[in-house]
Amino acid sequence: MRKNTSIAIISTIIVALAFLAYFTYKPILNNIKLGLDLQGGLHVVLQAQEKEGKTVSSDTIQKSIGVLEERVNSLGVSEPIIYPQGNDRIVIELAGVDDPEAAVDIIRNTAQLEFWDENGKVLVTGENLKDAQAQLSSSGGEATVNLEFDKTGAKLFAEATAANVGKPIAIVLDGKTISAPTVNEPIPNGQAQISGKFTAKEAQELAVLLRSGALPVSFSIMEKRTVGPSLGSDSLDFSVKAGLMGLLAILIFMLGYYRLPGFVADVSMVLYSVLVLGTMVLLGVVLTLPGIAAFVLSIGMAVDANIIIYEHIKEELRLGKTLKAAIESGFKRAFLTIFDANLTTLIAALVLIWFGTGSIKGFAITLSIGIVASMLVALTFTRYMLVWFADITKNNKLYGV
Amino acid sequence: MQLIEKRKWFYIFSSILVIAGIVSMFMQGFNWSIDFTGGSLLRYRMDSSITADQVRNTISDLKMVKEVSVQKSGSEFYIRTNELDQQQTAQMTAGLKEKFKNVTLESAESVGATIGSELARNALIAIGIALVLMLIYITFRFELAFGLAAVLALFHDVLIVLGLFSIFQWEVSSYFVAAILTIVGYSINDTIVIFDRVRENLRTRKKEALNTLLNRSIMQTMNRSINTVLTVLMPLVTLLLFGGSTIKIFVVALLVGFIFGVYSSICVASPLYYDIKQRSAS
Repeated sequence: MRKNTSIAIISTIIVALAFLAYFTYKPILNNIKLGLDLQGGLHVVLQAQEKEGKTVSSDTIQKSIGVLEERVNSLGVSEPIIYPQGNDRIVIELAGVDDPEAAVDIIRNTAQLEFWDENGKVLVTGENLKDAQAQLSSSGGEATVNLEFDKTGAKLFAEATAANVGKPIAIVLDGKTISAPTVNEPIPNGQAQISGKFTAKEAQELAVLLRSGALPVSFSIMEKRTVGPSLGSDSLDFSVKAGLMGLLAILIFMLGYYRLPGFVADVSMVLYSVLVLGTMVLLGVVLTLPGIAAFVLSIGMAVDANIIIYEHIKEELRLGKTLKAAIESGFKRAFLTIFDANLTTLIAALVLIWFGTGSIKGFAITLSIGIVASMLVALTFTRYMLVWFADITKNNKLYGV
Repeated sequence: MQLIEKRKWFYIFSSILVIAGIVSMFMQGFNWSIDFTGGSLLRYRMDSSITADQVRNTISDLKMVKEVSVQKSGSEFYIRTNELDQQQTAQMTAGLKEKFKNVTLESAESVGATIGSELARNALIAIGIALVLMLIYITFRFELAFGLAAVLALFHDVLIVLGLFSIFQWEVSSYFVAAILTIVGYSINDTIVIFDRVRENLRTRKKEALNTLLNRSIMQTMNRSINTVLTVLMPLVTLLLFGGSTIKIFVVALLVGFIFGVYSSICVASPLYYDIKQRSAS
């Protein structure tokens, strides 16, 4: 009776697992967030520059992030990641950008637009802009950028143009004069046009910059990494294939060396992989190359948990215990070993989550998830599977003894 | 096997490696990547018939970079320079395109010098704190002598990997930091499993001498030690043979680290525990 129940339970579990793996495989693959080193893209660290009268506070950083988000959105990036780092830095990560170098150009411009009179006095600034649109000339020649001021801006601009009839007004972007047209008559409606020998692309970029507004402080690039899409997927394809081959080797080894328990370990590994990768998808953890290494290490530790258990069981069997008693006491002894060994490693991983940045943090998170999952799987799933198998067959040879 | 009795030889072997590594670190230092030194690394794909020298000369002719080194691997060219800004990068790409056909910029990295020193500092702080916490945990769960022996053995592993990277001048990048951390995680795990067996045997010990008990514990866990390191090495070997070129060095670091991790757990940590115990007893 018991034997039949156990056969039923085990077959159900294996079929259920096969379905689970089969149906989660695609969603996991499609939803796991890949780091820039794996799929190409852009990683920039911007450092705010303190200048006279412009101090950097968390407020300016927050404002800057808002401006940057708007700019990045105009690039059409699907899931931009922008976050502050420390007190005066901003990290931007854009995945899957076709031309990362061009994106950097758009991001780092301060885009402080000013209108100056002849004496260099600021008449009105980009802060009072309502809209900016690129206009392409019908003849395909120079493009222009049309500006529309808000209420205050329109008033200031009207006053400025009225006071400077016959004189030039310079249009200055980040301290560089783009053009300096002469005012023919006062402009009361708050409309202005910048023409500065732009190509269509330049005009569009400028319009984006002006629309999103100026950054409250200027930034320098501390760190920049751009990876073309081809390179990213190259190394991903190779590494994933190689990783899978390695895992296959582990499965074969376990089956060959530990026989029946080895088979249980292999089934556990499938559950383990689904658990770890699924958790990463749910938590939105980004998978990077170091993350893959952490995954490989955690698989190693998960297999290790099985190995420790089986070696204990073998020992107990050699002492002449019955299979069930050997499994029970083997687990009891293995539990402490696995617990202490994994907890020590977990301590190191948690410290790294706390202190690490970027890829090191991703590494540590992946490792932590892996350690917890491996303990869970080994101490529950593997254990019950072995007990059920022990109901079916009591042949010690299947346990390598 | 009389491992504890042979500990002198293991100490000598380890000391030679560690000392050679330290000497190399002082003499020639490390081959730091731009992650640590700051600078730019551009990777181009070009016709594989072009030589590294041709590329170097072309770049020198542009007269825009101070230092340049070019490495070629098949049709990929790695150009390392002082830190370049956006404009200079574009200028270099244009210069190369003018001279050679089919030039594509595959990746461009620029790192400011301050980021590099922060990375190194944070990594050192993190490893330091992790070591102290692990020492506390092991002391709490086992005893101080186990903790000291485990952490010293861990130190030994890290020093050996650092030493080998200095001796062979393999590039040390931010991935290397991750590799060292992985090694720390693995090696401590490995050591704890053996110490756990020692702890178990100590509990039921009757009149057995400490060295025989340690030898017995090591032999009892030997199967597991070897099987575990084999399973961890399998994916690393396939990654090394068939993986993407970007992670080769990373995988080498892990391979070396894991092998020395299992060696030190067996041949360094347990003997150290023995010596610490002997010393505190006398």
